[in-house]
Amino acid sequence: MLETHALTKHFGGLRAVDGATLSVEAGTITGLIGPNGAGKTTLFAMISGFEEPTSGTVTFAGEDVTRESAHKRARRGIARTFQIVRPFAGLTVRQNIAVGAYLRHPSRTDALRKAEEVAQQVGLAPQIDRPASELTVAGRKRLELARALAIEPKLLLLDEVLAGLNPSEIRDMLPVLRSVRDGGITILMVEHVMQAIMSLCDVVHVLAQGVMIAQGTPDEIARDPRVIEAYLGAGAAKRLEAARAHA
Amino acid sequence: MRQERLSLVLSVGLLAGLAVVPLVTAANTVLNFLVFAMILALAAHGWNLLAGYAGQFSFGHAAFFGVGAYGGALLQMRAGINPWVAFLGGIMLAGIVGAVIGALSFRADLRGSYFSLVTLAFAEVLRILVNATPATGGAAGLLIPLDVRFANFQFASRAAFYWIALALVALVTLLMLVIENTRFGAYLTAIRENEDAARALGVDVFAEKIKAMTLSAAITGAAGGLYAQYFLYLDANIGFGPWISIEALVAPIIGGLGTAAGPLVGALALQMLGEMSKTVAGRIPGIDLVLFGLLLVLVIAFMRRGVVGQLQRLAMARGGA
Repeated sequence: MLETHALTKHFGGLRAVDGATLSVEAGTITGLIGPNGAGKTTLFAMISGFEEPTSGTVTFAGEDVTRESAHKRARRGIARTFQIVRPFAGLTVRQNIAVGAYLRHPSRTDALRKAEEVAQQVGLAPQIDRPASELTVAGRKRLELARALAIEPKLLLLDEVLAGLNPSEIRDMLPVLRSVRDGGITILMVEHVMQAIMSLCDVVHVLAQGVMIAQGTPDEIARDPRVIEAYLGAGAAKRLEAARAHA
Repeated sequence: MRQERLSLVLSVGLLAGLAVVPLVTAANTVLNFLVFAMILALAAHGWNLLAGYAGQFSFGHAAFFGVGAYGGALLQMRAGINPWVAFLGGIMLAGIVGAVIGALSFRADLRGSYFSLVTLAFAEVLRILVNATPATGGAAGLLIPLDVRFANFQFASRAAFYWIALALVALVTLLMLVIENTRFGAYLTAIRENEDAARALGVDVFAEKIKAMTLSAAITGAAGGLYAQYFLYLDANIGFGPWISIEALVAPIIGGLGTAAGPLVGALALQMLGEMSKTVAGRIPGIDLVLFGLLLVLVIAFMRRGVVGQLQRLAMARGGA
């Protein structure tokens, strides 16, 4: 469904992302993890068209979209959410979602009906006529998700959609994400909440300092010494190993 | 009551009330006052579409007012085109100029105050050019020959002209109410609220802004064309001077930014205030502008959503949600 090849982004002298190659299979939930500052958000921005890569390619459904603008990629079926939520604060929840729904439903009646349907799906139905500015953090995260779903995407890019939620809010959100996948939408998610990564993802890619260092199932990743070192520092894997041997 | 409903009710009420005024009085002062208020309301509607709905604050709508006015005048005087057709030509020219200025500024990704400053610069450049060019009458201005005939868009009765101006305001108000309920309107508000989020949802932000700018310029151009036909005299300061840029933005801010009724309410309020200040303060030049400024400060401080927003709050407080 999605492939990036040797994707690289330089900001001045900084290599935010350096030769990132990854592929996302249709129908999966694929995770993208990595320590803070690893370049995950930049990678997302290049996939969704918000940043132009210095070099490398992005291929979506077999077509090269590397230089295509963000709105055209959205029309192709790549939806994204923002790590820092961006609700249309002056509009109601329904109107917010409808902006997304208008992409496939030019008529207002259809767009509003679709918006209601999506609100139902993500659990925002009770707040549908409230202004978006009145939503809680959890509500705003759901709204980000709802708007992205309203464009009826093939691929959904979730940028830390669980960050800032408390454990019970996270528990409520997991089945929503699963239902999205079961509805036929492929998901690529950046996430720090490991509990979610472990329980949701089919495949996980690990990015550290702009470089892809590992990929595999969540279990494989959790045992991978390179990943442990990326998070906990050089030598950490050995020390853990030693500690386990002692125990 | 929702804002859209309130705007509809308010607009219909005001327009109906305004339509019968000439049946009640034939006083020139009243009709003059109202014609001018309608021209202002039209210019304000144009500005409100771009700023109130799409969030792009232009400080140079004089450019479009002037192009509409001069375009219409020059087409009839120099090219001998029928004044009605010339009026439409002026509107189209204003729309084209809007599209060009929009393309240049939005291509360069100018936002917020940078966009405001660039539009101001365009208007000033046009004002200076028109003032210096003999073909546009230069500093002496343009005098449209008096030839009172319906076919010439000139009327013996002020009421006839007033009704035409009023009909245009009604038409544009209707257009705004329709836009509010379309995808175009939803996209404009999305762009106003957050451009990046709009792009992520497949909105071609550049194209939508150009559409808004073109339509906005054409509407304000129509105001300019009306002005030219009513006063039959133009100079660079009237057509392209900062006064109209300012009034076109003060009126919707006072009336209610981003509402369909705001421009008309604001234009009437401003005009009334202007007249009152002239009678109260006597002949100190510019005193009405001082009052505009003061009113603007008060509205921004205490009534951020303008008269329409305030009425809506009152209606909700009375339990009419």
